[in-house]
Amino acid sequence: MNTSHKSVHPQLGRRQFVKGVALSTFTAAIGSHLPSAWAKEEFSAVGIGDINPKQPVLIGPEFDLTISETPVNITGARVKATLINNSLPAPTLVWREGETVTIRVKNTLSVDTSIHWHGIILPFQMDGVPGLSYDGIKPGETFTYQFTVQQHGTYWYHSHSEFQEQTGLYGALVILPKKTDPLDYDHDFVIQLSDWSDSAPETLYSNIKKMGDYYNYSQRTVGDFWHEVKTYGFSKAWEKRKMWNQMRMTDRDLSDVTGATYTYLMNGLSPNAHWRTVIESGKKVRLRFVNSSAMTFFDVRIPGLKMTVVAADGNLVQPVEVDEFRIGVAETYDVIVEPDTSKQAYAIFAQAIDRSGFAMGSITSDPTQLADTPEMDPLPILSMTDMGMDMGMDMDSTSHSMNSDGEMEGMSHSSQQMDMSNGSQRMTSSDHNSMNEMKHDMSSMQQRDYGHALAMEKRKMGMDVSKVDHSEHAHNMDNMNVNLDDITIPMDMNPQLPQIKIPSAEGAQIGMRAMAPKYRLDDPGVGLRENGRKVLTYADLKNHFPTRHHPKPTKELVMHLTGNMERYMWSINGIPFEDADPLNFQYGDRVRITFINDTMMNHPMHLHGVWSDLETGDENHIPRKHTVIVQPGSKISYRVTMDAKGDWAYHCHLLYHMMGMFRKVQIR
Amino acid sequence: MNTLIKKLPIVFLLFTSTYSHSSFALSEYDPLLASLRVNQLEKSTQQGEPLSWDASAWIGKNWHKVYLTSEGESSNGSTESENQLLYSTPVERFWDFQAGLGYDETPENSQTWGIVGFQGLAPYFFEINSRLLVNDKNAGVRLDAEYEALFTQRLILTPSLKLNAYTSDDKKMGIGSGLSSTELGMRLRYEFSRKFAPYIGLKWNQAYATTADYKKEEGGKTSETSLVAGLRFWF
Repeated sequence: MNTSHKSVHPQLGRRQFVKGVALSTFTAAIGSHLPSAWAKEEFSAVGIGDINPKQPVLIGPEFDLTISETPVNITGARVKATLINNSLPAPTLVWREGETVTIRVKNTLSVDTSIHWHGIILPFQMDGVPGLSYDGIKPGETFTYQFTVQQHGTYWYHSHSEFQEQTGLYGALVILPKKTDPLDYDHDFVIQLSDWSDSAPETLYSNIKKMGDYYNYSQRTVGDFWHEVKTYGFSKAWEKRKMWNQMRMTDRDLSDVTGATYTYLMNGLSPNAHWRTVIESGKKVRLRFVNSSAMTFFDVRIPGLKMTVVAADGNLVQPVEVDEFRIGVAETYDVIVEPDTSKQAYAIFAQAIDRSGFAMGSITSDPTQLADTPEMDPLPILSMTDMGMDMGMDMDSTSHSMNSDGEMEGMSHSSQQMDMSNGSQRMTSSDHNSMNEMKHDMSSMQQRDYGHALAMEKRKMGMDVSKVDHSEHAHNMDNMNVNLDDITIPMDMNPQLPQIKIPSAEGAQIGMRAMAPKYRLDDPGVGLRENGRKVLTYADLKNHFPTRHHPKPTKELVMHLTGNMERYMWSINGIPFEDADPLNFQYGDRVRITFINDTMMNHPMHLHGVWSDLETGDENHIPRKHTVIVQPGSKISYRVTMDAKGDWAYHCHLLYHMMGMFRKVQIR
Repeated sequence: MNTLIKKLPIVFLLFTSTYSHSSFALSEYDPLLASLRVNQLEKSTQQGEPLSWDASAWIGKNWHKVYLTSEGESSNGSTESENQLLYSTPVERFWDFQAGLGYDETPENSQTWGIVGFQGLAPYFFEINSRLLVNDKNAGVRLDAEYEALFTQRLILTPSLKLNAYTSDDKKMGIGSGLSSTELGMRLRYEFSRKFAPYIGLKWNQAYATTADYKKEEGGKTSETSLVAGLRFWF
């Protein structure tokens, strides 16, 4: 048995490893992967309790993991968790690309368990999904996973049984590259974000089944309406609310389970316990952000520090410098930062999308000097765009009222024209060149390189570039949120593909339909639009390697993400997993999958076993992901080569949606 | 038969209240759930200072539920109540169709009904409960409507309307034909938690036409405005 468990001073340099001198100093280098839990010992860290205070790091290629029910104390209350090796989060496992790993998992729970290796390419029997890959790991049994690692980067692993992922069964996976790491940095940390509730997950689920907005404490009040009446007059305020009222929809529905019950953790520590790391100035730090929460989207920023995003979902992307990014459930992002800790301590700030709480840690030069807690952003308010409504097209009174709102806001919309003849052309406001030119000079802060690059690609392919599809204005009266002027979306990249037909159902299980869903790849998402910071969008993700030569898809599968929020029923095409046929593919098929989100929530869709090559508008830099966020009322497409035989799970990674919004993929 | 009917609610409520705390296979997509919801349990300053309640319990899954509901008041030892046992199924995204039996009781008499109705959320967020009741003597309509206005995330004002109408007079049961009675309420609750909220309020009870006559004969008031204080809770 070769496991190694080390707690090493995190300032140990990593430079030697990067230069390839690595192997003998492998274990020493690992110390720099260790989140600096050691610093906590000097403080009375509230809520650490019985679990191992030092985040263990296990180095391969053989591992012994024991799953047990262990008491923890995160908020001051002692409650039960399902942990691996008594650690919350589970130990960070370090693999190396090319080696064969052997992981023996022992189940000491009284119920079945499983471990799924998220984003890892492996034989389907090793994928860890009970009912698809195997029967699960029975109580008392040990299951041995063994496979050859074919990739490198930041990944994670978690239980795929019941709600164990909510009670602590998640950990990070750091896979070192076979060759020299193209990235340059001195220190390396995992920043694992998660959500913890002292209530049992069964209780959380039962509460939201009985009352869909049980945990939503950001609902509209009489005061909000009164404020609108004072600002815009009664009849305008009434008109504005009319559509939402008639549809019985709320613009405050961002998260099903919120900070009303969750404490958000960074590497297992609550904001009180405050994860920290000590770095001397002028060093480059690689932060591997992992969203291993059950239900929470986090908006991550480090005030005062720019982040260079270098990898997404484990795969290298061309570096892009941002102030902030949204990380959906199950996604990972690697960033490089260069904090000048002699000036200040920096807060790694991850606020929940609905602003009901945050996870926080500090990068500092002195473990007693922690960063101040930044203020959370205002509450995001959903808009017409998030409902997938095409306001310009819609000629009835409601859309007129929305347009008139825009005018009231003092925006000049006289240049706004609707060219109804071809239906999809729309002008955005102010500084805007002639529609005849492909090169639109937008005053938007969103980068537009990809759109232009796409146009060039299409011209090269001899495709029609005259149609430009612009997203709608979504004028929101709330002075915290802003309109979506000048946000562009890419053109459809592919000509019409033969469609794969799958069943669909109507009924009470469907709460709404997105009437005019748009791609919105350059939309940072509700709550991050035009907030004065450079926010990462999917349009910014460009594969580090060229992809022009990758095979083109030969058919397309379109699926609708559907659900009824009040009844808390989630499905795909109106059909929940238990009533659905599997999706069948031939080995080698290259398929384009398009999701249309007929709900008002972000859904992180995860396909096991094969890669999702995300169409972002640049045919030559298609980023490779395993988890793709489909924004409310939007659509998104990605390409998949079905190059792994077996049965694979395909589902929304929001834990309490997963049971319904799920399909089995069969590749034969 | 009557004793069985009387015992049924207690059995049902006991079952649902214990079941609602368990977690049988709750990690499945469509778990069997049960819930007891006491919308109103209040004392009022009306004549006789009655204790009144409005509660419902259900057990079931996404597509099929069984409801047991009870509304009534009790003062000076005498109780009147309207109870229903219904099968409920979603027919539209916001509406459930319900059908079953009703059992009304006054201190002297009782009657049973066949019931069909719809329960759900109407545009502008009005919560509606509508019933059509039929038996060999009479036919009736009962409508409950409620709206929730949030002053803060925990302080909620609920204006409400209850309305009854019947086709025939029934002196034994104290109901007259046409619009029989209405209750208009304004209750302000504070949610200490989602599942527990005390409230205070005002209500206006009005009896009409023949129903009003029956009430006068019994020595009751045909029009009353009163204060209420009570508890709203569910699990």
